[in-house]
Amino acid sequence: MPNNLPVLEFKSSTFFAPILILFNNDIVGIEEALEKKVKLAPEFFKDSPLIIDLSEINKHSKEIDFVQITQLLRRVGFFPVGIRGGNEQQNQQARELFIPIDTVRELTNLIITDEKNKPEVAQKGDSQAMPATKQETINAIPPRPVYVAATLVTQPVRSGQRIYASGDLVVMSQVSAGAEIMAEGNIHVYNTLRGRALAGVHGNTAARIFCFDMQAELISIAGDYKTSEDLNKQTYRNPVQIYLQNHALIITEIV
Amino acid sequence: MARIIVVTSGKGGVGKTTTSAAIAMGLAKKGHKTAVIDFDVGLRNLDLILGCERRVVYDFINVINGEASLNQALIRDKNCNLLYILPASQTRDKEALTQEGVGKVLDELSKDFEYIVCDSPAGIEKGANLALYFADDAFVVTNPEISSVRDSDRMLGILSSKSRRAERGEEPIKEYLLLTRYDPERVKNGEMLSLDDVQEILSLQLLGIIPESKSVLTASNAGVPVILDEKSEAGQAYADIVARYLGEDCPHRFVESKRGFFSKLFGGKK
Repeated sequence: MPNNLPVLEFKSSTFFAPILILFNNDIVGIEEALEKKVKLAPEFFKDSPLIIDLSEINKHSKEIDFVQITQLLRRVGFFPVGIRGGNEQQNQQARELFIPIDTVRELTNLIITDEKNKPEVAQKGDSQAMPATKQETINAIPPRPVYVAATLVTQPVRSGQRIYASGDLVVMSQVSAGAEIMAEGNIHVYNTLRGRALAGVHGNTAARIFCFDMQAELISIAGDYKTSEDLNKQTYRNPVQIYLQNHALIITEIV
Repeated sequence: MARIIVVTSGKGGVGKTTTSAAIAMGLAKKGHKTAVIDFDVGLRNLDLILGCERRVVYDFINVINGEASLNQALIRDKNCNLLYILPASQTRDKEALTQEGVGKVLDELSKDFEYIVCDSPAGIEKGANLALYFADDAFVVTNPEISSVRDSDRMLGILSSKSRRAERGEEPIKEYLLLTRYDPERVKNGEMLSLDDVQEILSLQLLGIIPESKSVLTASNAGVPVILDEKSEAGQAYADIVARYLGEDCPHRFVESKRGFFSKLFGGKK
């Protein structure tokens, strides 16, 4: 019998790690505070992974050296495993240290910082003799889009099976009654959809459902749903797209 | 290496045991050494259908627990000396089955047999899961009614995700549809799902249709697999299925009603 056991496998999982939010750029003060905390529960903090949140510091436009703070944390006994809310320079430093960047959080923080602090930053730029051009380039960099690969399913999704996609979900085969397909993004079914389809499950109201042959038990976008009883008989068994408009599910035929 | 066939359905009473007995007998009659195992621990039936209930001494669970050897527990069929039956225990329950134990028994049988037919219990619990876990082929027995079709669909999902082949990422179990208790007349009158209706939901390779037939019950009560009743439609249908499974070209029968004009006119008996 040929030995075709796979060498590896990817699985998604969630881990818990404490987040260290820094309010001040006073390195000595931070070190003192950390040591005090660690002394309270040395076993708990020993070798603990840690995510460093710099959004508060950057909100108040305080300068902090990410390399220095990382070295300090390691010395005290932590393992820094991530950065969030860092600016371009801090993120670059993190990359050089092979510390991953929490991009989702980074995006929202960037937007907030930009809106709130634009005038303030500009003023400070003057007073601290920060080169104006540099400030401009930082603001001009568009937020990096978060790309999640689509999930492709080619086998039939049978009754009782559930499929979850963290991005878009593309199903080439039929989805049976009693099956459930969910996606944080859009759902495409290039066959008969008889089961339940839930798109935009994390609240993405722009998500859509497309299917080739509409016979679904239930459809939902961002929590707004319709059961087969409420579905328009005209679109039944037809190729349709479903989207959300003012909290109403709109089902239209695709010609 | 033996080919392991699971006969499964999800729903009860659709004809799994009848099918297991018929298929196993059919394969043996074609000259293939075949073992058929009853996985319905606690509700032993297969030995009745095969008419060997009075010769049961040891059972599947005894073998798993090492209380009897495989040779002691296997019962040779009185109609065909290439067919052996491994009966279930009537006094235990499904918890007595273990994956390791079942695997060991199947490995041992594989050395000596060409085909192993696993008669699955109804439901989706331990007995059914273990019956399908080691399978190479699955015969999905379905009645032309909506709840049976839905349960078969569920079973197909389990076949494609919880078998050893699925866990190891090997070529998936080959799934075949066996539509049993089919009555073309009732299909025509819209009282029963048609083959097309069933296939629209399951879209499986059709291995055969077994027409509703009185000979099935008669054969079961007599303890003779219906496939040996060559005059009955059900017996012929099972023979066709075995031939098709073995790769013979055999056109499908029993899809259409064959009652003539007069019987329809006067509503004659079937």
